[in-house]
Amino acid sequence: MLGQLGDDAKLLAGGQSLIPLLKLRFANPAHLVDLNFIAGTSFIRENSGAVHFGTMTRHAEIEHSELAKKIPVLHDCAAGIADVQIRNRGTIGGSLAEADPSGDWANALITLDTTVHCLGPKGARKVALKDFILDAYTTALAHDELVSEVEVKIPPKGSGGAYVTFKRAAPVYPTASTAVQLTMEGDVCKDAAIALGCVGLTAIRAGEAEAALRRKSPDDKTIATAAEAARAAADPHPDMRGSAEYKRELVAALVRRAIQIALRRARGEQVDGVHLYA
Amino acid sequence: MPETAATEKIAVQIKVNGKPYAREVEPRMLPVEFVREECDLTGTHVGCDTTYCGACTVLMNGLSVKSCTMFAVQADGSEITTVEGLEKDGQLHPIQKAFGDAYGLQCGYCTPGLMLSTFQLLSENPEPDEKAIRKAIAGNTCRCTGYMNIFKAVQLAGRNIKGA
Repeated sequence: MLGQLGDDAKLLAGGQSLIPLLKLRFANPAHLVDLNFIAGTSFIRENSGAVHFGTMTRHAEIEHSELAKKIPVLHDCAAGIADVQIRNRGTIGGSLAEADPSGDWANALITLDTTVHCLGPKGARKVALKDFILDAYTTALAHDELVSEVEVKIPPKGSGGAYVTFKRAAPVYPTASTAVQLTMEGDVCKDAAIALGCVGLTAIRAGEAEAALRRKSPDDKTIATAAEAARAAADPHPDMRGSAEYKRELVAALVRRAIQIALRRARGEQVDGVHLYA
Repeated sequence: MPETAATEKIAVQIKVNGKPYAREVEPRMLPVEFVREECDLTGTHVGCDTTYCGACTVLMNGLSVKSCTMFAVQADGSEITTVEGLEKDGQLHPIQKAFGDAYGLQCGYCTPGLMLSTFQLLSENPEPDEKAIRKAIAGNTCRCTGYMNIFKAVQLAGRNIKGA
């Protein structure tokens, strides 16, 4: 169908970003193709060490899923997106396909082993998330393709993660967000993934911050070094939510907090409620 | 005035507060426009029209949604509950009564949306603490700034429903 309608058609998933954009005339497609009536596109299931989400799975369904709680970053992200009403409509597939620089899912999922299943007239293909999001609002999807499923590998034992954002009010996009995923072996950090959102055209993997933790036993000093490296990796634009300098400061604070929560979770502690409002 | 082509209309059937409405609507019509203009139920308000304020909150198939942020044609076959659907047999719903008794409203513009968000919260959690209430009504903006009495109203409503 998208092949017939051509470039000027847009898919409508949850619509919680797209419909406001249509109203503001920022998007002006000739055709909207509604995915909401297609059965079997909303599911959460575990299969060979990975959690699979149907593209139309709502944020609220992920928030309340026991399966998704196995990966705390996912639960944090789902439970903190906007507000209840928006979580009841918005979808994980729609969020990734829209690739808004301030969107939550891409930033949270980039710290995990995430594969995006794409479907089009030429068949199905799987794309690693890091190769899926190419730029702001730009993905590897061809115009006649859609996201059918999002696959997230369950992290190994001894892992802990956290997704922490700061926003001025619930329904708005965060001022900055960060995802941290640590794999611990005793007190030593075997692997670390740190991503920064809303402070670049896409989610930024803070490689130097990750390196600051790897093979170390994260104490206050190590965590401070990682937070400083994250501050340097951020590339924020000043806007109504704050100056670039303010956002860098915020990124450092959020990364510090997210590492601390991830460490506690890696030790098996329960920590919840990690989205911060002003 | 330049002539514009008539937009093709689409037949929908939507149950609003238990009553079926069969209408032909433009594809761009929003559910909030449907309930206000097609069903004459003006309790659902348009506040910001940008998915922020939650004044247009209704329940669709039991879940709260912002009725300005979808299309009426997408609600085809669904059941919508608006604030008018809360009362039964001329008796105010315990949530409506609690908002009055606890002075949980000032100008009242945000109130219908807040009451429907409260409805979803209390159906999942009849005794919410302040933190749970804050999270549940975070998508409803009150510009009279009277949130403290709203928290009290939500808790009172929970107690009233439990005691009823």
